[in-house]
Amino acid sequence: MKIANEQLKEMYLTMLKIRKFEKSASELFAAGKIPGFVHLYIGEEAVATGACANLREDDYITSTHRGHGHIIAKGGDLKYMMAELFGREDGYCKGKGGSMHIADATKGILGANGIVGAGHNIAVGSGLAIQHRKTDQVCVCFFGDASTNQSTFHEALNLASIWKLPVIFVCENNGYGISVSQKRHQAIADVSVRATAYNMPGITVDGNDLFAVYEAVNEAVARARKGQGPTLIECKTYRYRGHFEGDPVVYRPEGELEAWMRKDPIPKVEKYLLENGVMTEEEMKQLNDDVDKMVEEAIEFAEKSPLPSLESALKDVYSDIVEEGRVR
Amino acid sequence: MKKMTYAEGIREAMRFKMREDPNVILFGEDVGKFGGCFGVSAGLWEEFGDERIRDTPISEGAIVGAAVGSAACGIKPIAEIMFIDFITVGMDQLVNQAAKMRYMFGGEINLPMVVRVPAGAGIGAAAQHSQSLEAWLTHVPGLKVVYPSNAQDAYGLLLTSIDDQNPVVFIENKVLYSMQNDVDENELKPIPLGKARIAREGTDVTIITYGRQVYDSLEAAEILAKDGISAEVIDLRTLYPLDKETIFSSVEKTHKVVLVSEECKRGAYTGEIAAMIAEERFYECDAPIKRIGALNTPIPFATDLERYVVPNARDIELAVKSLF
Repeated sequence: MKIANEQLKEMYLTMLKIRKFEKSASELFAAGKIPGFVHLYIGEEAVATGACANLREDDYITSTHRGHGHIIAKGGDLKYMMAELFGREDGYCKGKGGSMHIADATKGILGANGIVGAGHNIAVGSGLAIQHRKTDQVCVCFFGDASTNQSTFHEALNLASIWKLPVIFVCENNGYGISVSQKRHQAIADVSVRATAYNMPGITVDGNDLFAVYEAVNEAVARARKGQGPTLIECKTYRYRGHFEGDPVVYRPEGELEAWMRKDPIPKVEKYLLENGVMTEEEMKQLNDDVDKMVEEAIEFAEKSPLPSLESALKDVYSDIVEEGRVR
Repeated sequence: MKKMTYAEGIREAMRFKMREDPNVILFGEDVGKFGGCFGVSAGLWEEFGDERIRDTPISEGAIVGAAVGSAACGIKPIAEIMFIDFITVGMDQLVNQAAKMRYMFGGEINLPMVVRVPAGAGIGAAAQHSQSLEAWLTHVPGLKVVYPSNAQDAYGLLLTSIDDQNPVVFIENKVLYSMQNDVDENELKPIPLGKARIAREGTDVTIITYGRQVYDSLEAAEILAKDGISAEVIDLRTLYPLDKETIFSSVEKTHKVVLVSEECKRGAYTGEIAAMIAEERFYECDAPIKRIGALNTPIPFATDLERYVVPNARDIELAVKSLF
């Protein structure tokens, strides 16, 4: 499949943004600047990037607890994301969501989600809204391998299939549900076989291969836009970090991480860009520097952003009710 | 005045909104040609067709989830859960998603969705089809909870609920579905959420209730009147937002309070209201605040047992008399 040079550069940029944002988030968490839980996407960049490269701004995504990559790939702004991780007033959610709950309605980002498996049915609802409006939008639902053991996965695939909803189910099979390996949490090797049960196409691709992901999602998006219903795409990948920052990662066999790091998705793309004359080494170096700067600016923005006012804790529960505060 | 059943009130409100706004849709188990388990949506499929009246698989998580996702994307879904008991299966979507999204995302996403749930005992449906789970629902910030007692209110409150930008759980009492009420046709219009109704004026005691127990309370009030006790009956209509003003002004008048609901008494929402009155109007009360609820058991099957467990007018009458 021929991808235009501009789009290739754009995808490379996205992967760099995710990788560098996440590396910074890891350091900032370790430094105590980011509270709460942080689940990093390092190693899985090709999935979000390859999938979202097929989407328009008016398409939707649902995300997971490991959502930074999806949000960046769908056009999320690093500044507002970082400010949200810091719990600041200028964050995407005004400091009320944090890492696990970033949404951007203007870009069709229906939210990262702290409940494993909750996005499946929200994506179905999004597909229902699209079908009702008779537009050619689509919704990409991102989720991990372990969430396919939740009843929600099965309910959602069933409903999306019988209603032929424009939903692309993208499973990021990173081999683990927290500490439990895939072969201990399900008796199948490929999640994609579960598509058979719902009479929809199911495919497994190398999730560390940007082009494989892009092509699979491209085909699924085209089907969905034509009203031909949902697809299940399994992308086999790996997270370099633990489930969350601070995870001691006692559950990985020796050498597993190193083996996956040799299949890192980013050098593969760099090699392709060089060999095909899409970018020179200098241009890539420049782009890396640019992204470093973007991330630095995002951190600076977050650090300068004020803490949310205490009164803001009482707002936005309802659209029309402000809850009672307290006197101290 | 014309006669209308509670079920008709709900149905006609849905029909009115669906005619008015093409973005209003209804889905749930058997709501289509079958007309819903209790016949509430009968005839709507014939008028609005497959695309707007959708039968779903028996997947409560997907039903509530589809409401959340479609509302987040700008349409106005009404999701019917066949029995309130089944909301347990869709509770993640209701509690962790619907109720939280607006707040968690900093006010960026509105969820104009209604989840309709038939509740309550009285039809011999036993423990898994008869519960009253108001306390669970009102406990969750981010949900509005409505519970009409008659056709007029069901109609007006549902119109408002469908237009509300927040997730609304619309609780319907299944015993009331077939009950006919007089309806003022000129008053078939939206009723604001959070406005209680004085079902009967009185001066000696305030009975605060909603749903089916409004009728039991009125029956008790009639008996009490013969014994010289003038009971005021407040039908809350909306459980959250709660009409504190109407409650407090009645308490300030009568100085005695009896709260009645069909929930099992332990942890019931009436306890929250009792606590609120104790906290904010303690000195207005000249007697203990009484709560009447179901016994603290699951709802039993056999008719006599069910009647024994669920409160009735006699329980209310005795509770009131104990305060004098």
